[in-house]
Amino acid sequence: MGRYLLRRLLQLVPVFIGTTFLIYWLVWSVPGDPFAGKCGDRACPPNYVAMMTEKYHLNDSIWVQYASYMKNLFQGDFGATFGGRPISDIIATSYPNTLKLAVVALAIEALIGLGAGVLTGLRRNGFLDNLVLVSTLFLIALPVFVIGFVLQWFFGVKWGLVTPTVSAEMRIHELILPGFVLGSASMAYIARVARTSIAENRRADYVRTAIAKGLPMRRVVGVHLLRNSLIPVVTLLGTDLGALMGGAIVTEGIFGINGIGRQVLRAIVTKESATVVGIVVILVLVYLLMNLLVDLLYAALDPRIRYE
Amino acid sequence: MSDPSAASLVNTPRTEQPAEAGGPADAGLPENAPKQLKPRGLLGDAWFDLRRKPLFWISATFIVLFVLMAAFPWLFASGDPVNGSLDNSQVRPSADHWFGFDLQGRDVYARTIYGARASIVVALLSVIGTLLVGGTMGIIAGYRGGWVDALLSRIADIFFGLPFVLGAIVILTTFNGAGTDNSEWAIMGLVIMSLTVLSWPVVMRLMRSSVLATKEADYIVAARALGAGTGRIILKHLLPNCLAPLLVYGTILVGSFIGAEATLSFLGIGLKHPVVSWGIMISESQNLLRVSPYLLFFPAAFLVTAVLSFVMLGETVREALDPKLR
Repeated sequence: MGRYLLRRLLQLVPVFIGTTFLIYWLVWSVPGDPFAGKCGDRACPPNYVAMMTEKYHLNDSIWVQYASYMKNLFQGDFGATFGGRPISDIIATSYPNTLKLAVVALAIEALIGLGAGVLTGLRRNGFLDNLVLVSTLFLIALPVFVIGFVLQWFFGVKWGLVTPTVSAEMRIHELILPGFVLGSASMAYIARVARTSIAENRRADYVRTAIAKGLPMRRVVGVHLLRNSLIPVVTLLGTDLGALMGGAIVTEGIFGINGIGRQVLRAIVTKESATVVGIVVILVLVYLLMNLLVDLLYAALDPRIRYE
Repeated sequence: MSDPSAASLVNTPRTEQPAEAGGPADAGLPENAPKQLKPRGLLGDAWFDLRRKPLFWISATFIVLFVLMAAFPWLFASGDPVNGSLDNSQVRPSADHWFGFDLQGRDVYARTIYGARASIVVALLSVIGTLLVGGTMGIIAGYRGGWVDALLSRIADIFFGLPFVLGAIVILTTFNGAGTDNSEWAIMGLVIMSLTVLSWPVVMRLMRSSVLATKEADYIVAARALGAGTGRIILKHLLPNCLAPLLVYGTILVGSFIGAEATLSFLGIGLKHPVVSWGIMISESQNLLRVSPYLLFFPAAFLVTAVLSFVMLGETVREALDPKLR
């Protein structure tokens, strides 16, 4: 187990460096002048440009810049914007919002997806089964922004059941609709995976044994069946947190949430490359660590799986 | 390796088929069966299954319709999709113009029809690109193994770790940002490239695992023993046997890419003005949602139908190809 963990952590290093370098290189090559419009109506004076170029090492090659960026990063320093605002400050204000939204989405998709999957997996080919199959197909096929607009228009504008946009305080009940929108596609996948997995295990020998020895149905399903069928669902849920946070841009835009998506879009337009890289670095980290966590959870959920 | 009964593309244990009326009952004994009584291969089975599914025919009909729309839009609409008259700005749907006019006075019906081309061309070409890149990498990684596999897998991990929307935003603002003046085809090419770059790792993993599963099969070992070269083994034996899951994934991917293109265009970084696409139309409609909801409704309905058709086709094909679900 210890050796496995060490090997996995070592494997993370090249992936982490590669991903961050890729982003750094891409942002670095975004065309445009970072000092355009920084000095009001007139062009920036040359000595100011020279000073800023010197201060932010803009004349160094990308390798040197990336190396010094990584060196600072490992000391916990994300750098600063050209305006002098520390990037850790931007991250601290925007990340919790996105994380909150993603966690609400995760909870909603786990609840609805798992519920629908278990119900339909136990009774296949009924009316409910077909209803869930068709509606999951729709959720998978509809792009997030179409779902977002339609639901926002009906629930927020036409029927007035919820506020159409989310306030700065990010109250939980305001996040239910955006969370549903953000998690809609994954919800459908979870429902389908849970359904197939339950339906497959339903015919397993241990379920027949449990029924034969007279256990009540509730216990057979709740303990024997569910625990064995949950493994693929856990994988999906675990890897989804990173994907939800990275994919929240659209949802954040529709519901007016001040999350990382908005910050990234703004940073790209104003050529604040350090901000983009900082935000993406954390996203990649979340994604990689969640993947690792899921693999470790496997062993806890299923004693048959052992890691060397 | 000139087994006459190897008519099937995919070599899997044949599932027992209930004997059809008049059909031979010895379908389970392919080795001894006489030549003219060949059992159906996996693809034959799948086709037999598919023919009887209404969902397959519905989605196939829609796809043919959309492809025709993309290839010959003038067959469906006579209006001008790009130029409009401001006299008609936001005229509501009527008997003459079923879908009404948008803010610039352009015929929404004509735009929706012409929008099929960009959406479908982008999706199809990106899927082809993704399958080619991912498939090649997967075959190399799976077949070579060792350090090549480790290296390619890590590279795939790097691209897999990039969040899709964020990655696309960065790539597209780099090459296709505000102020760049790309032609219609250059814009489409850039969107295709970014979709391909961000999605190939999934295909690579799929291909790699099926190559690993078939690499040690008897017929591959036999082919190698008979002196077949690497190229021949890969092209003649490995590729046909690993293609089925790839094709299913590709079909579903066309649907998701139509949606992804629309999302990028909606964010203002995908396709833009000289191109007409559903995503652009939806993006333009968002500020007029309260006044003219039909501007959102028609392109969104076409978009959803197209995505659904491809996803449904992929699902039915997958069910037909998967013996466990039969």
